[in-house]
Amino acid sequence: MTWGSSVPFDVYLNVAVGGVLTGLVYGLMALGLSVIFGVVRVVNFAHGEMMTIAMFIAVALCTGLHLDPLIVLIPIAAVMFAFGYVLQRGLINPFITRPEHTQFLLLVALAIIITNTLLIIFGPDARSVQTSYGYESFQIGPMIIDAAKVYAGAAAIIFAAALFAFFRFTLVGKAIRACADNHTGALVVGLDVKRLYALTFGLGAACVGAAGTMMVLLIDATPMLGPSYTLLAFVIVITGGLGSMPGALVGGVLIGTTEALAGLLFTPSIKSMFAFAILVLVLLFRPQGILGKRLS
Amino acid sequence: MKHKSQSNSARVTRRTFAAGAGAAGFVAGIAPFNIVRAQGGPLKVGVLLPRSGIQAGIGQSCQLGVDIAPAILKSLGLPDLAIMNADTESNVDTARARAEKLISDGAQLLVGAFDSGQTTAIAQVAEQKGIPLVINIAAAPPITEQGYKFVFRNFPTAPMILGDAFASQKEIFAIVGAAPKTVVFMHVNDTYGTAMAKGIGAIMPKFDMPYTIADEIAYDPAARDLSVEVAKAKAANADALLVVSRLNDAMLLTRELVKQRWTPQGILSMGPGWYEDQYIKTLGKLSDGPISLSPAPDPHKRLTAVLEAALAKIDPGINLNANHTFTFEALLVAADAYKRAGSTDPTALADAIRKTNITDNVNIGPGITFNAKGQNDKVKDGAFQNRGGKLIMLAPKEAANGKPEWPLPPYQSRG
Repeated sequence: MTWGSSVPFDVYLNVAVGGVLTGLVYGLMALGLSVIFGVVRVVNFAHGEMMTIAMFIAVALCTGLHLDPLIVLIPIAAVMFAFGYVLQRGLINPFITRPEHTQFLLLVALAIIITNTLLIIFGPDARSVQTSYGYESFQIGPMIIDAAKVYAGAAAIIFAAALFAFFRFTLVGKAIRACADNHTGALVVGLDVKRLYALTFGLGAACVGAAGTMMVLLIDATPMLGPSYTLLAFVIVITGGLGSMPGALVGGVLIGTTEALAGLLFTPSIKSMFAFAILVLVLLFRPQGILGKRLS
Repeated sequence: MKHKSQSNSARVTRRTFAAGAGAAGFVAGIAPFNIVRAQGGPLKVGVLLPRSGIQAGIGQSCQLGVDIAPAILKSLGLPDLAIMNADTESNVDTARARAEKLISDGAQLLVGAFDSGQTTAIAQVAEQKGIPLVINIAAAPPITEQGYKFVFRNFPTAPMILGDAFASQKEIFAIVGAAPKTVVFMHVNDTYGTAMAKGIGAIMPKFDMPYTIADEIAYDPAARDLSVEVAKAKAANADALLVVSRLNDAMLLTRELVKQRWTPQGILSMGPGWYEDQYIKTLGKLSDGPISLSPAPDPHKRLTAVLEAALAKIDPGINLNANHTFTFEALLVAADAYKRAGSTDPTALADAIRKTNITDNVNIGPGITFNAKGQNDKVKDGAFQNRGGKLIMLAPKEAANGKPEWPLPPYQSRG
């Protein structure tokens, strides 16, 4: 059965499923950015670089200690949480009340430092992980689905669900949401806002750490990856809705699927163009994002 | 008193005379050697390669050709070269800047740079500054069509590569008694890939190949995921895969071929990537089978064994490939020209390079000479296949040391 050109329908299905699974990992990465901005009101321009740190930690653990990325997902997320917490308390906190351009410069400088540090430690070569399922795929009828993408996508869903549950059902999560909703009110009721901001930044870093650990199952790690994924995170977050956690996941899946199908329908070398085309459409017709709150 | 002052100021004793004569003799004795050293000091050669960025793997492979050169050139009785390394960072603007820096730091000759875009930029600088450039690897034809006087290329152009590639394919199909009826053509979407794609379109009809191109798929050179591209290629239902790619994409493509459970009859690669050591080491048994139609060392040439032995000492277990041999030959050309010119003057060096005639070389073909455009138009391609971690030369007949394996064994059955 064919659709449009001579490409069979099952090929579209395979590609779409692959796009959704990849998009879930993108969404988890963007979720971290959304969490940080939604609460702390800081745009993390070093987001992609933080993901790259996690990727290299995963590669090092896999090649050095033969630990599968799925196993080290939680420890790496914990390490990135600690990194994010310390970073926010030690470096970013003083800049929260300063003009936005100084935040931008600070985080761009941090991004450059991270990239060059990774270059010094790991060199410029692409690094990959070798897993037992790295070349495997599942066949369900006409569909052939990359096993690594299935595991990465599933892990992304579980991590995102855990994060949602944390914000919804725990006292600390509710306190963080209170800070996001009303900063002054949070201070008035006695919440330690600085600590909560640091916790939030840590959680955002943990998200991007988890995403990076899963991303290493999909692509090779290089120190220069950061900027393109920071940009991708922005595209996803703005498309899904800045500050909206479900929006980040929806945006990720939308962008991942769009890129995949566009590459199949048109020519693969221009598939990234369609992600930016969606961004432009969203900015024109729904500037708050797909699931974002309408701006007053 | 007069006698005393004479003895203090002007008296020359036998001792002082002998000492002075000895000193004069010493200076006179070493003077010729001093003069020879001043003229015969090492030639400063700036080597520009992509040592970082997306082409880092191949750049570092080329660097091995630089590393093994000094001892071999010395054994050939050629003068020393002082190598000045520079990193183009896989970027055209950086390549241009680095070339200018090398020249301002005293480089008397440049070698580089693997990538056609970067090499074009370096060639412009070399020509402007009047410093010879010996291109190790770069296939885009325009580089030696600009009327440059200081640019020399000991590497085939894309049309030359393609012509030999199609001829070798026919030779292979004749040996195995089989040929694909259709191929899907995948190529990297950069200067090199698009030049090759245009060339294939222009040259293929002249060779009456047994296959037609069912689909053409271009992909981003910096792509990190080629699943969509391979899905599209698989959907074309072609018998074989014709590729123009580099190392990273070759690895990505192979992974996707395995995951998507598609083993074409054959993989015919018109460029680098599929024979690189990193490809073979990373993929193991999955790396067996692709046939690369590319410039290559001639396994029957004397210097090939010398380079293999030298390479084995510094990096055991890797195969000698075109990255090593063409980079080595660029330095061979430089040293040979320097010896004949007897001078570091750029014009003298360029004139000497123009008259190069080296038959004791490494790569397939009659040797190294340059035509009026600075192009070695006699260098030839080979066809070689990955097998058990080694590269088996299949064609041309005079360079072959094995028979082709066709079709590819299925990926799923390789263990």
